[in-house]
Amino acid sequence: MLKKILVRKNAYFDSVTLMSLGSKIKKMDGVSQAVVVMATEMNREILMNVGLGNQETEAAGPNDLVLAVEAESETFLSAAFAEIEEKLAGSQDKKKNRDNVYKTQEEALKDGVKANMAVISVPGRFAAREAKKALKNGMHVMLFSDNVTVEQERELKELAREKGLFVMGPDCGTAVINGTGLCFANKMRKGAIGIVGASGTGLQEVLVQIDRLGGGIAQALGTGGRDLKESIGGIMMMEGIKALDAEEQVKVLVLVSKPPEAAVEETIWNLLRQVKKPVVVCFLEGKKRENLPANICMASTLLEAAKKAVALEKGVEYTEGIRDRSREIQKESMDLKPEQRYVRGFFCGGTLCAEALIVLRERLTELRSNVSHHEEEILEDARDLKGNVLLDLGEDEFTNGRPHPMIEPSLRTEWIVDAAKDPAVGVILLDVEIGYGSHENPAQIAAEGIRQAKETAKAAGRNLKVVVYVCGTDKDRQNLEEQRAILAGEGAILADSNVEAAQLAAQLLGNQKGGKNR
Amino acid sequence: MKINDLFQQELTVLNIGAPNFKADLDLQGISAHQIQWMPPAEGDLELIEQLDAFCDREDIKEANQEAFSRILKGSPVLVGMERAIDVIPGMTKNTILHSGPPIGWDRMCDPVKGAVVGALIYEGRAENEEEARQLAASGEITFSPCHEHSAVGPMAGIISPSMPVHIVENKTYGNRAYCTVNEGLGKVLRFGAFDQSVIARLRWIETEFMPVMQKAIRIHGEIDLKVITAQAVQMGDECHNRNKAATCLFFRELVLSMLKTGFPGQQIEKAIDFIRGNDHYFLNLSMPACKSILDPANGIPNSTIVTAMARNGVDFGIQVSGLGKKWFTAPANYVQGLLFPGYDDQDANPDLGDSAITETTGIGGFAMGASPAITQFVGGTVEDAVNYTRSMYTITTGENSAYALPPMDFRGAATGIDLLKVLDSGTLPVINTGIAHRVAGIGQIGAGIVNPPRECFVKALKEYGKVRG
Repeated sequence: MLKKILVRKNAYFDSVTLMSLGSKIKKMDGVSQAVVVMATEMNREILMNVGLGNQETEAAGPNDLVLAVEAESETFLSAAFAEIEEKLAGSQDKKKNRDNVYKTQEEALKDGVKANMAVISVPGRFAAREAKKALKNGMHVMLFSDNVTVEQERELKELAREKGLFVMGPDCGTAVINGTGLCFANKMRKGAIGIVGASGTGLQEVLVQIDRLGGGIAQALGTGGRDLKESIGGIMMMEGIKALDAEEQVKVLVLVSKPPEAAVEETIWNLLRQVKKPVVVCFLEGKKRENLPANICMASTLLEAAKKAVALEKGVEYTEGIRDRSREIQKESMDLKPEQRYVRGFFCGGTLCAEALIVLRERLTELRSNVSHHEEEILEDARDLKGNVLLDLGEDEFTNGRPHPMIEPSLRTEWIVDAAKDPAVGVILLDVEIGYGSHENPAQIAAEGIRQAKETAKAAGRNLKVVVYVCGTDKDRQNLEEQRAILAGEGAILADSNVEAAQLAAQLLGNQKGGKNR
Repeated sequence: MKINDLFQQELTVLNIGAPNFKADLDLQGISAHQIQWMPPAEGDLELIEQLDAFCDREDIKEANQEAFSRILKGSPVLVGMERAIDVIPGMTKNTILHSGPPIGWDRMCDPVKGAVVGALIYEGRAENEEEARQLAASGEITFSPCHEHSAVGPMAGIISPSMPVHIVENKTYGNRAYCTVNEGLGKVLRFGAFDQSVIARLRWIETEFMPVMQKAIRIHGEIDLKVITAQAVQMGDECHNRNKAATCLFFRELVLSMLKTGFPGQQIEKAIDFIRGNDHYFLNLSMPACKSILDPANGIPNSTIVTAMARNGVDFGIQVSGLGKKWFTAPANYVQGLLFPGYDDQDANPDLGDSAITETTGIGGFAMGASPAITQFVGGTVEDAVNYTRSMYTITTGENSAYALPPMDFRGAATGIDLLKVLDSGTLPVINTGIAHRVAGIGQIGAGIVNPPRECFVKALKEYGKVRG
């Protein structure tokens, strides 16, 4: 038998607490005797009587706590003391499952809340601070907030890497972790595809297309748009690749991003060369790369990335191209007058705008966009639109002080109606996002704009074609089919992907760059 | 890879910001807790920078742990009762101590002035109010905060040289703290009353009550105030506004010894009846007990723990361990609560008294969750009280298991207010307190909840940055 007797000076506990604790300890395996008491005269006597008293307990007073245990072995003894410590340290109050609202992270943690992920959407100048706290408390971070400085981002990501944690963001809109959609995400089939994405709607479109093609998602990690810049060094892209590569349920990796900056590009490729699993790399508007390892393929659009990933997941051949709707579109285009030569795209999703630009660049002339990095495509003045124009309405210049159009799509209506007044406009191209985070009924808002636009054009003796893509899965809470039906009700032409929507718009305008005439 | 552990765990989320993200997680059946976020330090970026610089410093953490442990180890016992002039350090025949941070006669609020007048009449330094006011204004009298003389006083907190004071000793550290005898309710000096009945009671306390108490304490031996406080907290006191249980326990402890003092029967009877009839007798023991516990925690160079909060009816002042005895003051707030019938908001004096020493120690407003009876008195529900108590864990260093709160499953009282945590969280300490009429002598007109002005903490942090940055 082993004994351990501790005296804690000036540590008062009430006798009821101590009695119940003492009897619990006594019932533990391998414990033959346990006395947990304040050292009152009576208790000191008890301690002596059961052989757990000593000089120290005799010298102790009524404000001193005595912890005395007799057990069969060192293991049982330390188990008993561990239990005593736990019971004395924490009352049960904090462990109750309460749906409390807390003012700070510390308050929640002190109250016993356990979390492994912090989703942060506070104003940018405070966001890094919250993220740092979360990391220090061992949480992964999804940083939805923007306006976090590059220095802060780097510091956070370095800290995260050191601690073995993710920092998704800043300005990260979408992630799917263990089947749960965070912020702006779609309800997905579970599967074996793992994605690391540096863009929000881009990631969403890949998710949606994977789901539509019958594939499934294991994990989708966001990195935030600046991760592959030299100043950040692709820290989270690399951590994400390593994590997905190590993850058993992931069979196929997909990377979605703008092209990395030169200094980061080689690091990423060096890492990818060590990955044994098949990888689909979609660096939108990136240069084609030659001599790829056999397990790596490139995709130039989000749709292509999704199709290649699903083919790899299912072990089937990848086939190019999308369904042919030329007959239907040709018929529609008959309604347009010869001077209606242009498309106006108004996008809520920035990456969808960029992808449409890639598709239309090959098909239309006089193309401009506020997301383009090609000099000849740069849009001079968003208030004076000329030619074919694709606008990302989620850019700061339009959202200043207002909610993002994915949350509040009504800010798009006046753009649509204005475009309808321009006699040179024949086609309006729109995206509608559904899923977690998005508006309750975005199709209704878009439909309202479409109706007004069509009426406006009609009054001027023209017809107007509107092509819409609803980005969402049939499992999303807004109900994909109902959303599409609302839009179809206003005569919109519905596409199944963002790429298809852009292609349909080009076809309606007769594929100005050497395509078929209408 | 540690990062992959996440993929094997159930996702549990802390949602900091937009609540709709939590709503979507709820839809997915994911456990998500909402942080109702507000800008830290009220969005003052300079202050936030300072907070961030300090929040990770090991030396500060260690210093705060030391201060916290000194508070926990404090062991206050009542050892005797003597005239202030005989025991209080720095007391002279021309000194009058008052509650709160330093204040001169000209700036004092009316209840404090009234109490000063009463004290000067009681001391025989003035015949009447007019003489007393002249003397007080003459510069002959030294006004000084109780806190600067190891003492504390409720409300006006006036201690004059002849007043008997309880002597409380912190057995662990050997320091002492002092507080007068609680006079009861109604017309009393601490609310600025100074008529004949008030003066007569003060004289009776000095000449008849004190001798009985002195001898009774000698017969009984020291009385452990921590044990009484701990038990009273279990019985529904928070030992600031509610001292019913504590007074009963104290009375039960001492009454036999009082009977054994051998003084004339009537004198003993009156002394016993005086304690028996005053629910707040123990307040004037609870306060010096807290003071004696906190004093050893002051003066730890890097500690950001608040060691005193006190009000003089004009200013609210705090002291911080690492900044020693320096006061950081701002205009005192008005107490929000219930007023007795016949009074309205215009009648109330701003926050007054040293009794916030109880909150500084982790009881009083901090322990309201364990004192359902007081919630009615200060206005509010039991749930409010529990929430007040819960929120205090955000701004404190640890829990004091000596004061275990039954309705909170015996969680220890939130103890060791940390300046940094107060500013970071924006949660101010909760004090529950009496409301004094702004005119001297009318007395208590209600009770309620009050916070210290945030400004006190901002000033203290700025100073801390200068001294320890």
